[in-house]
Amino acid sequence: MLGYILRRLLATLPVMLIVAVFVFLMLRLTPGDPAAVIAGDNANSEQVAAIRNSLGLDQPIFTQFFIWFGNILRGDFGESYFFKKTVAELITSRLEPTLALSLATIVIAVAVAVPLGVLAAYRQGTLIDKIVMGFSVLGFSVPVFVIGYSLIYLFAIKLNWLPVQGYQRIGDGFGGFLQRLILPSVTLSVIYIALIARMTRTSVLDVMGEDYIRTARAKGQVEVKVLFKHALKNAAVPIVTVIGLGVALLIGGVVVTESVFTIPGLGRLTVDAVLARDYPTIQAVILLFSFVYVLINLLVDLAYTLFDPRIRY
Amino acid sequence: MAVRWKHLVVALILGAALCTAAAAKTLRVSLHSDLKIVDPVWTTALITVNHGYMIYDTLFALDEKLAVKPQMVDRYDISADKLTWTFMLREGLAWHDGAPVTAEDCVASLKRWGARDAMGQKLMSYVAELAASDAQTIRMTLKEPYGLVLQTLAKPGASVPFMMPQRVAETDPQKQITDYTGSGPFIFKVDEWRAGEKAVYLKNPKYKPRGEPASGLAGGKIAKVDRVEWIWIADSQTQVNALINNEVDLLEAPPHDLLPLLAEDKNIELFVFNPSGRQNALRFNVLHKPFDNPKIRLAVAYALNQKDLLDAVIGNARWYVECKSLFPCGSPLQSTRGWDDKFTSDFAKARALLQEAGYDGTPVVLMQSTDIASLSNLAPVTKSLMEKAGFKVDLQAMDWQTLVTRRTKKDPPRAGGWSAFLTSWASVDILDPVAASFLNASCEKATFGWPCDTEMEKLRDAFSKETDPAKQKALAEAVQLRLLDYPTHLPLGQYVQPQAFRKNVSGLLAGPSLALWNIEVK
Repeated sequence: MLGYILRRLLATLPVMLIVAVFVFLMLRLTPGDPAAVIAGDNANSEQVAAIRNSLGLDQPIFTQFFIWFGNILRGDFGESYFFKKTVAELITSRLEPTLALSLATIVIAVAVAVPLGVLAAYRQGTLIDKIVMGFSVLGFSVPVFVIGYSLIYLFAIKLNWLPVQGYQRIGDGFGGFLQRLILPSVTLSVIYIALIARMTRTSVLDVMGEDYIRTARAKGQVEVKVLFKHALKNAAVPIVTVIGLGVALLIGGVVVTESVFTIPGLGRLTVDAVLARDYPTIQAVILLFSFVYVLINLLVDLAYTLFDPRIRY
Repeated sequence: MAVRWKHLVVALILGAALCTAAAAKTLRVSLHSDLKIVDPVWTTALITVNHGYMIYDTLFALDEKLAVKPQMVDRYDISADKLTWTFMLREGLAWHDGAPVTAEDCVASLKRWGARDAMGQKLMSYVAELAASDAQTIRMTLKEPYGLVLQTLAKPGASVPFMMPQRVAETDPQKQITDYTGSGPFIFKVDEWRAGEKAVYLKNPKYKPRGEPASGLAGGKIAKVDRVEWIWIADSQTQVNALINNEVDLLEAPPHDLLPLLAEDKNIELFVFNPSGRQNALRFNVLHKPFDNPKIRLAVAYALNQKDLLDAVIGNARWYVECKSLFPCGSPLQSTRGWDDKFTSDFAKARALLQEAGYDGTPVVLMQSTDIASLSNLAPVTKSLMEKAGFKVDLQAMDWQTLVTRRTKKDPPRAGGWSAFLTSWASVDILDPVAASFLNASCEKATFGWPCDTEMEKLRDAFSKETDPAKQKALAEAVQLRLLDYPTHLPLGQYVQPQAFRKNVSGLLAGPSLALWNIEVK
């Protein structure tokens, strides 16, 4: 197992290298000049050129790449053009809101979607099944920002139960932290719930006709136990896969949700950095997202062994 | 027992009253952008100008009628030959760290600003000597009379000549400052500044305001709240929701299409702090066909009309004004002379001009920025009107950051260059022929578009040397008329940006830039 983990971790290195080259080239080929953004609208060409020179953007693209990549190998991701902080500091300061939002979203999604999916499978073809699947289709179809604005309108503006926007760090009080996290995480979890509920239903339906389910029922086990102990556990591998792969969806959703709810996380940082062509920040954030994605895939693969003893690494 | 209860009630009421009195008053505002760069000399970003007015002070400032008034300066003298200017600072001015403001500080500040700002550079080109005569007196000796000394020192748009301590002002103008000590009415709370989230300012208890009432950026700057929080909300719909839900007190720039939503709320008022607003403009690139021909550029002035363009981006006529003046309507140099028949969508006249100029159908590459609500619809309307006049227009959509990069390219439009684009600027940045950078027609040295016209440059130079306001006005009109022979750009109407605030906020000041002093929160 340890050897497998090490091999997988080593395999991330070429992946990250390809991502690094790709991101660097994409950014340099995209129109836009961070120096012009920094200088402001009233700046003249000389001011823009001076800033470009001070940032090293007037050097050949290969020189820029090797300087950047060399620094990365030393653990230095550079300094943001705009925030005047190292990118590492910047990412660290934005990590908590995104982690909190992502974890809360996953917890809500799994807590709601898995029982819903099991219920839909158990009541296949009934009204309950149709409602759950209808919700699933809706959850996929409605854009995240529409869900966000609708929830804000109802729970913040009309009912005045929750704040419209903002984030409170957990260290500044758990109550406020939770209060400001509810709407964004519920918003973001909708699409995730739709995805997981659908996959759970399909996977549970696949195993419901198996012999061990019939045996469990024949032994007189209650239906809840049959469903959650026997059916769900055996259906778990594809569900866990979907939860893991759904992290990519989550990353995209975080960008929109953090903008709608004014959460100063990595998603918002990515948008700001892209709009301002803050190359060092964009490069580092994309590398981080890629690494997280690769890591989650590894964790998902390892999780298979928990649900299916036949799988060995 | 009853007496004890009464004592308890009185004590509770008194306690509550004392707590209320002692509670710090906080003003929560959401501005048009996030504060990322805090050196107002290093960048021309508007948000950094707003930051500058919070923590720094200026020698002179514009009042709400755009008249120049002394601010840090107590009095000033001009020698009979108009070559020596002496500025005496007010008594008792102090930096946030308690050190007194001296003339040496101001001289160093002016030199750093003059090294970067275009109007500052112009002023410095006339300066023979700038020095401190004593701790309170600045002496500026000119090589020849210059008519815009006070206007330059009071300029409210980027870059504003903010005064900084000498140790800060001696920072290389090409590098950003790291010490944010000012002498303005608020102190920047660096430890609470989280770029992408919020910036915090505390009332400067040592600030010595002028005795006159506050007016625009001039007069007594009295901070009436203890703390100001700039809360960055990127999404405009969320900004509006936050104001309605009492999570912020003031929105600087709610989008025009959401104003009806705010107007409906009985707890919210709309206020236009800058009545001179902004002016839309179409900028030509004169280096390449078809706009290398002035007559073809003039044909555009006949093809367009301001109403269609303003309707497309602002919508409600309450917030805009058609203004056939090169210099902003409502400003001292406003004039419609020579321009009454322009911007009338007179397509016949435009076609005749195109024929006379020998327009060969070369497509106009018109850049459209798609991510700024106040600009994005200008280009499609312009294209439609120009096509009706006989132009071929190639509309190319891009985000604003791509546009600002591409506009610096001198390549032909077919090879990644451009022919024209649309933008807007604060009216206070274009109050005269020297301040308006699009009028700079000094060829290679001119800003993007690179107009090249010695006659225009002569007029601008004459304006800068003229000290008589009546003669300045005549020269400004001459510039406006010259623009018809050699169009550098076209003004496309003026609009105002209302601010929205909750009714517990009072004391907002009208003026050329956002002022957050004088505001009370109940």
